[in-house]
Amino acid sequence: MHKLLLLGDEAIAQAALDAGLSGMYAYPGTPSTEIMEYIQASPQAAEGGVRREWSSNEKTAMESALGMSYAGRRAMVAMKHVGLNVAADAFINSAVTGVNGGLVVVSADDPSMHSSQNEQDSRFYGRFAMVPVMEPRNQQEAYDMIFDAFALSEKYRLPVLFRITTRLAHSRSAVTLREKIAQNGVSLPSNPRQFVLLPAIARKQYRALTSVYEKLRTDEVIDGFNSLRAGNGRGTGVITCGIAYNYLMENIIDSQADYHVLSVGAYPVNREKVAALVERCDRVLVLEEGYPIIEEQLRGLLDRDVTVLGRLDGTVPRDGELNPSIVARALGLKAGQGREVPSLVRQRPPSFCKGCGHADLYQALSEVMAEIGPGRVFSDIGCYTLGALPPYNMVNSCVDMGASVTMAAGAADAGLFPAVAVIGDSTFTHSGMTGLLDAVIKNSPITLIISDNSTTGMTGGQKSQATDRLESICLGLGVDPDHLKVIVPLKKNHEENKAVISTELNYHGISVILARRECIQTASRNKKAEAAEKNKSRE
Amino acid sequence: MKCDIILAGVGGQGILSIAATIGLAAVEQNLFLKQAEVHGMSQRGGDVQSHLRLSDREIFSDLIPHGGADLIISVEPMEALRYLPWLSDSGWLVTNSVPFVNISDYPEVGEVVAELGRAGNTIVLDADSIARDLGSARSGNMVILGAASSFISMPFKALEDAVRKMFGRKGEEMVEVNLKALRAGRDAAAAR
Ligand code: SF4
Repeated sequence: MHKLLLLGDEAIAQAALDAGLSGMYAYPGTPSTEIMEYIQASPQAAEGGVRREWSSNEKTAMESALGMSYAGRRAMVAMKHVGLNVAADAFINSAVTGVNGGLVVVSADDPSMHSSQNEQDSRFYGRFAMVPVMEPRNQQEAYDMIFDAFALSEKYRLPVLFRITTRLAHSRSAVTLREKIAQNGVSLPSNPRQFVLLPAIARKQYRALTSVYEKLRTDEVIDGFNSLRAGNGRGTGVITCGIAYNYLMENIIDSQADYHVLSVGAYPVNREKVAALVERCDRVLVLEEGYPIIEEQLRGLLDRDVTVLGRLDGTVPRDGELNPSIVARALGLKAGQGREVPSLVRQRPPSFCKGCGHADLYQALSEVMAEIGPGRVFSDIGCYTLGALPPYNMVNSCVDMGASVTMAAGAADAGLFPAVAVIGDSTFTHSGMTGLLDAVIKNSPITLIISDNSTTGMTGGQKSQATDRLESICLGLGVDPDHLKVIVPLKKNHEENKAVISTELNYHGISVILARRECIQTASRNKKAEAAEKNKSRE
Repeated sequence: MKCDIILAGVGGQGILSIAATIGLAAVEQNLFLKQAEVHGMSQRGGDVQSHLRLSDREIFSDLIPHGGADLIISVEPMEALRYLPWLSDSGWLVTNSVPFVNISDYPEVGEVVAELGRAGNTIVLDADSIARDLGSARSGNMVILGAASSFISMPFKALEDAVRKMFGRKGEEMVEVNLKALRAGRDAAAAR
């Protein structure tokens, strides 16, 4: 049997390939990025002709995957949790259209916000859309479950939401591979109106969806991932979701008999199983990596039939990811302690790489803004958000992908002049372009700086859809060619760049400044790859 | 047998090459392994850590409990101290002594070293100079791994084989350089 040492993300990717994947769609986002990266680098994917280009954003990724499913083939789409907000329109409706070829939607949540703006729980979206949700407990299960996810998707003709969190996504373990499944051929949906959500059709399909959703609770495969293990006597009951099970086991491996445990790996959960657990014990502790979803359901509105412990009563902290020590305390066990962090240890926040072009841009911008005043720079999501930290302290907003452009326009509409937006090239093509179109049409006087490092830098240098296209995009959206400027953020151009920024800030209309210099990490990686190519061709 | 290791450093210092080497060795030794890494935002010069767990029975948690680590391996002295809450009372701390200063309020190096001295079972060595003396300034991480090797529950040869595998793609020269660094680290630690 073939064994590989894989990150959770990579296990999912390898599983999808082995389960007959024909198309992978994604926009980079921590902690989901490695799924697409693995598939892009995979010789197996190349051999099988698997489509695997990055998409402009999560919505276009989701829709393309749905299109591939329409044509009968298996598709997967991957994103970080907040990406599912972007894809939500397509995702929710894909439950109403249903699918043809198997469709798996991977959403990687980031509790504790290691690299994110919030810690929303994707399982909510699963309930919202009324689709099966799978939440693997470890790398091997992540691999195995993908096969079931595709099979379930084709059985119920529904997309399946595959929820993971940072610790599984970015933790490595040995995974044993299975026999490969061949890809589906192209086949049209048997009902030609299945994907036509006109009200009359949508109403019918939605009604069908609501009844299928209830049936899912007792589906053999879904229920099979939820195991109930009885302990002795009327001890404490514990419900774990996904990887919370591991933290529980870490603590009770030698005293398992004292606990009744329901370990949940797929949703919706069979009510009988929950009842069987609750009947056996006096109180139930719920351990969920993320929101207290099962906990709230168990408490119900009146919260008086069962004694429930969890995030809502403070037994477990209300926010943040779980770990073995938190779970030990929740169980009333002694948590390990170790020594204190010595007081001389300083914070070491992330910072720009030495020589990064964003830094030179912020240096110039901060000198210009010093004369104008604070509170006018709207930014976005990427390495350049670090401009919010010292020494620049330049950035006044970072909300969601593309919001720099639209928030600057709104503030300009309110009379704030000048209003500046700083966005990256990849974020601009993700969700900034439509905002710029709005601003052009409203003639909101903003200065938009696109800090173009010609890559998706923050997530490790994925291809940017914007490369070589920014000028034509901006002009096409109606930006005045006289106010479309290109600068190169280098020390030697400092004065010149300041002059350009200053002039455009004073212009009472829309200006776009393209601050263009390749990310040095990506540049050095590309150089290395080129050298390696050369060496190879010489051999 | 279980061996829980915290790897520590600053984003960009390449602690994952240490993790990958131990990981390869562990798989060859048929040990169970889990290794949680940090990707994303902090990789940009922030503090990064990896939890590496080896055992001869199934491992559940990807994270090491507080007070549970047998070993901290750090490529930066202040970062080594950051993870003391994870170190068990009998655990060892092996760290490079060369600071990576990318913050303005980095403490006095002397104080950091003194603090390390108070941390109990510690091995502090200047891996950068050892690597430089071998003519391979970039193999400091392998020096550190070598220095920590006697606390990792597997034969030294398993680590050597893993280094061969890891660097094999990059040519025999790279393999030799890194093996030398690994052994030099082991010898430097043994001399203490
Ligand atoms: S990864 Fe690239 S864009 Fe990000 S801080 Fe480093 S050099 Fe700048």
